[in-house]
Amino acid sequence: MSVGLAPVRQRWIWPALGASVVVIAAIYDVRLGIIMGVWLGAWAVNGWLAGAARGTGVRVMVPLIFGTTLLALWEITVGLYDVSPIILPAPSLIVAQFAVSTDVLWADFQQTILKGALAGYVIGCGAAVLVALAVDRSMFLQRGVLPVGNFIAALPIVGTAPILVMWFGFGWQSKAAVVVAMVFFPMLVNTVQGLKASGAMQRDLMHTYAASYWQSLFKLRLPNALPFIFNGLKICTTLALIGAIVAEFFGSPTVGMGFRIKIEVGRLAMDMVWASIFVAALAGTGFYGLVALIERWLTFWHPSQRRR
Amino acid sequence: MRSVIPVLTVVAVIVAIWFAGSIGMNRAWTVDQAERRGLELSAADIIADTLRQERPVLPTPAQVMAELWATTAGEPVFRERRGQMQGNPRSLFFHAWQTLAPTMLGFVMGTLAGILLAVGIVHNRAMDLGVMPWAIASQTIPILAVAPIVIVVLNAVGLEGLVPKSLISAYLSFFPVVVGMVKGLRSPNAMDLDLLRTYSASNAQTLWKLRLPASVPYLFTSLKVGIAAALVGTIVAELPTGARFGLGARLLTGSYYGQTIQIWSALFMAAICAACLVALLSAAERATTRRMGLGR
Repeated sequence: MSVGLAPVRQRWIWPALGASVVVIAAIYDVRLGIIMGVWLGAWAVNGWLAGAARGTGVRVMVPLIFGTTLLALWEITVGLYDVSPIILPAPSLIVAQFAVSTDVLWADFQQTILKGALAGYVIGCGAAVLVALAVDRSMFLQRGVLPVGNFIAALPIVGTAPILVMWFGFGWQSKAAVVVAMVFFPMLVNTVQGLKASGAMQRDLMHTYAASYWQSLFKLRLPNALPFIFNGLKICTTLALIGAIVAEFFGSPTVGMGFRIKIEVGRLAMDMVWASIFVAALAGTGFYGLVALIERWLTFWHPSQRRR
Repeated sequence: MRSVIPVLTVVAVIVAIWFAGSIGMNRAWTVDQAERRGLELSAADIIADTLRQERPVLPTPAQVMAELWATTAGEPVFRERRGQMQGNPRSLFFHAWQTLAPTMLGFVMGTLAGILLAVGIVHNRAMDLGVMPWAIASQTIPILAVAPIVIVVLNAVGLEGLVPKSLISAYLSFFPVVVGMVKGLRSPNAMDLDLLRTYSASNAQTLWKLRLPASVPYLFTSLKVGIAAALVGTIVAELPTGARFGLGARLLTGSYYGQTIQIWSALFMAAICAACLVALLSAAERATTRRMGLGR
């Protein structure tokens, strides 16, 4: 990054500064010294790696070291300072709990993600795309729907959860309904914008081919809208999980991730809560990754998908 | 301005669907009640009754607006109790403020922290490689859904009131700002950066004179995403912790006691708050970009 001689001359400053910080911390409190030492040591390794080497190896190693350091610090801090597991359980405790209760967590995962979130996601996004196609045919509707949709997309739709739970009961159907309400408008706005994305020249070209509405839709405008549609789909993956989990706070059968979190918080079994959060994080990343993978497969031609 | 009529049309359609929904969903209860009393109701009677039930399945827009008016304009925000002036729990303004205060405090904290981290990421390759993938991955985690447990844990440590809720908002507004600001701070093109290098500008000078001004449009875009997320975060944080005041608490008590009109009015208040916050940021954005000469 930097040019010139000054940074090179001062290269010894940072290790010296780090070492003195560790020593001062250790004098004040040995445990603090250990924590600072681990942190600064890992940071130095990362700094050296990032400065010394290029390539994909470093791109994988540096974040891995960073993540592992955070986990290690969590474990060390909880161990050294004797933090009560009710407040913050150590990662090892969470992993152990996760390993013991995989069947419960799997049932929760099925109930919340596979039934509630996924059903709502498919219905909501599908309906939004269909409505967008209908809206797209009229300039008048487009002008009306875009601002209203943008406005509603910024609202706290999660708040409809208690109402929808009242209407659709405690089962997964009410969770799917919340998810539909949450994903519909972001998806609608993105798709309407996407359908406008094809250029006037391209549309004129289709016109000179005497292409019908459907032909130009499927051959030109839908493919052009795909990057926008996938943007909406990716935003909606997280929204879907949030909706499904939050809706369970308002009432659910005795299974589900939101139910589990609510119940185990009440019992102060924080290791189980964190195991559930871990599952939610895994599900969120996996869901997002899956959509991103499909995007790469379908919109390989788009500049954002080029390999650098 | 040419979109005013289309927008009004769409809103009118939504309101019409809502009224129709009210009539359809509340009808069963009306008919049931009439049958028990052995009354024959005409269609007009049924419709009239569905529009003014006390605990309707779906309250009409008019009922919600009336409740909103009654709990904002019709109630003082403060009342005297045991010789002290306290917030009036019947006033929706009071509840909205209980939610807005932590939202805004957390939003400011999250934004400042986000900008600082973004500056670090842009200037330090180790931070860029190490932190950025986690920042992006953390966006895919439904963190909002676990907000309540953060409140419970912080309560157990002894933190109560404003701080735990604002920490959630801070966390939720933090990552959009980091991601947006990193993009913004990197948005100056190579020519501009080279020019500053020929001036022998230091990193700090490049940051203040080129990178930060260039990042302003990106900053405002992510601020608008962040404040909406922060508000939702505060509301959800109030849900399962038995909070007594705040819009989330209004939603929860409404759902416990079947007070549908109360739920809807709280929901509308939340929507109004979100709209005001985003509008405020848009106004700030317009003023800033105009002063910087970027306005349209």
